[in-house]
Amino acid sequence: MSGEHVLFSLFAISTCASAVAVVVSQNIVRMAFWLIVSLGSTAGLFFLLHADFVAATQMLVYVGGTLVLLIFGVMLTASGPYLRLKIPPGQGIMAAGIGCVFLAMIFVTVVAVDWNETIVTPDGFNEPGAGNTARGLGLSLLGFRPDKDLGAADGSLSTGYLLPFEIISVHLLVVLIGAAYLARAKRRVASTDTEN
Amino acid sequence: MGEIGLKPYLLVGAVLFVTGIVCMASKRNGIGVLMGVELVLNGANVNFVAFSRYTALGLDGQIISLFVIVLAAAEAAVALAIALNFYNNHLTIDVDRGNELRG
Repeated sequence: MSGEHVLFSLFAISTCASAVAVVVSQNIVRMAFWLIVSLGSTAGLFFLLHADFVAATQMLVYVGGTLVLLIFGVMLTASGPYLRLKIPPGQGIMAAGIGCVFLAMIFVTVVAVDWNETIVTPDGFNEPGAGNTARGLGLSLLGFRPDKDLGAADGSLSTGYLLPFEIISVHLLVVLIGAAYLARAKRRVASTDTEN
Repeated sequence: MGEIGLKPYLLVGAVLFVTGIVCMASKRNGIGVLMGVELVLNGANVNFVAFSRYTALGLDGQIISLFVIVLAAAEAAVALAIALNFYNNHLTIDVDRGNELRG
């Protein structure tokens, strides 16, 4: 067992167990906590896959930003300190059964496919990618692909990601303005169907 | 033992995907449904980065996973705004109560 295998087992078990705990737990605050553990362990998996920039972004944006947003949503919408919305146990058992069948289907598919035969990796392709991916990622977001264009046999240039980057930037701006407009403080409408 | 290979990462991604689907389908809390969506997107990200590491995809997979992270942040912001509006109108976040548009 090398260190990589030990770390992979640790992070993989932590990721999967926390994801299952998100589904199983009924308390919304505990669900948020297990989601934090699951997303953080996934960032560890990204580090193991030599994707250091994606892992750091995952920690910053997902764990630091999105989950804080989710927890604020929990705080603003909880009717009581321990809000529980239970589903009937029959439905829970049915959901677990369907999930297990679905999971078995994907497992069988993944194991059955011979990935080494399907996908041909060039020799030495991953050697410069052992970490330090920030420069390559930034250049491709600007429209350059030095990792593919340097040493290309036919001299053809591959496309970068400048246009998707611009589109997603404007998309994020528009979405955040829209969210701020939607969530602005309003007078609460007296509801007629209060049950609690 | 050599390197880990592609399959274990794909299996982890499959577990994340399936738990996210079950979470989306079985939670009555609207924010719980959102957390299921986050799990599904995260499983897709694991697959993208694993293919980026072990195949000729190169940095493309990591770039797509960055886009997915940004889109997930945008989706969470809008969905939480909608959830706050829903709570203001219904005084609950139970998604079963949002049935005014039922035919």
